[in-house]
Amino acid sequence: MPTPEPLSAGQRTLRLTAIALIAGALALAFAASAGWLTPARLTPGRIVDALQGHDGLHPGFRRAHAKGVCVIGEFAGNGAGAALSKAALFAAGARVPVVGRFSTGGGIPDAPDGRVVFHSMALSFTLPDGSQWRTGMNHVPIFPVATPQDFLAFQLATRPAPATGKPDPARVAAYLAAHPETRAFMAWLREHPLPSSFANGTYYSVNAFRFIDAAGTARTVRWRMQPEAPFAELDKATLAQRDADFLFADLATRLRAGPLRWQLIVTLAGPGDAGNDATRPWPADRRELTLGTLTLERATLEDDGPCRDLTFDPLILPAGIAASDDPLLAARSAAYARSFTRRAGEPAPRSALARDPSFRETVR
Amino acid sequence: MNARPASFHPYARLLHWSMAILIVAMLFVGVGMASTVSPLRQTLLALHRPLGLALLVLVALRLAVRLRHRPPPLPAALPAWQRHAAGASHGLLYGLMFALPLVGWAMLSAGDYPLTLAPGLTLPPIVPRDAALYALRRRAHTALALLLFGTVLLHLAAALQHAWLRRDGVMASMAPWRRRPGQSG
Repeated sequence: MPTPEPLSAGQRTLRLTAIALIAGALALAFAASAGWLTPARLTPGRIVDALQGHDGLHPGFRRAHAKGVCVIGEFAGNGAGAALSKAALFAAGARVPVVGRFSTGGGIPDAPDGRVVFHSMALSFTLPDGSQWRTGMNHVPIFPVATPQDFLAFQLATRPAPATGKPDPARVAAYLAAHPETRAFMAWLREHPLPSSFANGTYYSVNAFRFIDAAGTARTVRWRMQPEAPFAELDKATLAQRDADFLFADLATRLRAGPLRWQLIVTLAGPGDAGNDATRPWPADRRELTLGTLTLERATLEDDGPCRDLTFDPLILPAGIAASDDPLLAARSAAYARSFTRRAGEPAPRSALARDPSFRETVR
Repeated sequence: MNARPASFHPYARLLHWSMAILIVAMLFVGVGMASTVSPLRQTLLALHRPLGLALLVLVALRLAVRLRHRPPPLPAALPAWQRHAAGASHGLLYGLMFALPLVGWAMLSAGDYPLTLAPGLTLPPIVPRDAALYALRRRAHTALALLLFGTVLLHLAAALQHAWLRRDGVMASMAPWRRRPGQSG
């Protein structure tokens, strides 16, 4: 190739500057995408930091719902769901394996069971094609906050002060004054009894989702797991005196005696029912369908159980079930993933239940 | 018989430019989705996984083309350190183009995340489930992605330097357009 005309010093500087500007602009755009230029962006890390700030850092454990036990069983579809969703587990005669986890709310893995907190059931169904349906459900049909921003604000407002170990009442009051939906949730918790057992609790989907049928029609739904075991009420007055692990011990004892069953019931949204607001209940007269039976056969400790290294990410969904426009869903998915990355990289200490000899006896 | 061509094979150029666009897009999609809890995350995630697999297929094709068709030589006038830097950075780029999708897939396998490319299309795991290895690979995926972005920036700056300062035909040898006769050399 012929040697090109030499560049003047001015041309050289100009061209070098152009190269630097192009590379710099690309780097700047990358930094903007990554959120490095906008510290106010609500990142998964900030949500998990807030959970850790609220309940302390407990390495190796989930940052929320830290105390739990694994359960194993199966789901049998009765065919009624096939008209609503093409997900294979709803076909008549379908049976799919299920790994699940019962937990109590909060990020303290050694917390005693006698607290007024969420009782939760989380499930992972594995479908024949290898896809999965994961769902994390609470015993309360409504959620305290509607958006990830409010979730963070609520965590920060109710964070225990280092001096007293209790949340600052002024901050809590200020938050509640601005959030009627959180007040409604607290009222619901006060007015409704807690189930006496994991086995007789009803567990609600928290968020709305969409069921997609074979023709591609989408319907907004919520679901719940309704227990076969008759409801009994926990005496809130004596709650604090109960054994630290009484809920989990009760579950394991019941499972030793025989399987536990729940019916999966789906509620179809009516006109005007919000799919994007987990704080608002839907009217009781909405159309409901029973789609099948969940049978849980045994419980195992998390420590060597199949549920510890699972995230019950509500957006791991099979074909036939899809996200609604509820803004909490992506935030749950993102925060669970971040919590998992953190805890999976930490040495896992023994769980509270593994250190409880009487509990160990019941799951042996 | 062993004469080196004046420019990259047309397949190599096609793969280079299509992958360049996809890789830069992937890097932006990746850091964007990892930094937000907004619903945009799901949209980006739905793009990220199939694109990653497509890039894995493309880099395998590209390596095959590279091994079959020798690249044009660098200009003889190029200083030795720049020659070495070019070789090392191209090796690094190939390594990262393979590593990122494979680490991504292995990370999801280890974390027991189903790798769903589209509703109804789930890829099998390539390594056993292992939470500690999930955490390691998840962090490696980010670190390697940042390294790839840095290497791409250097590669771009070096290419522009060849085009605008040295004007030695290196950029033209990878140009997406056809070279006119007489421009070669």
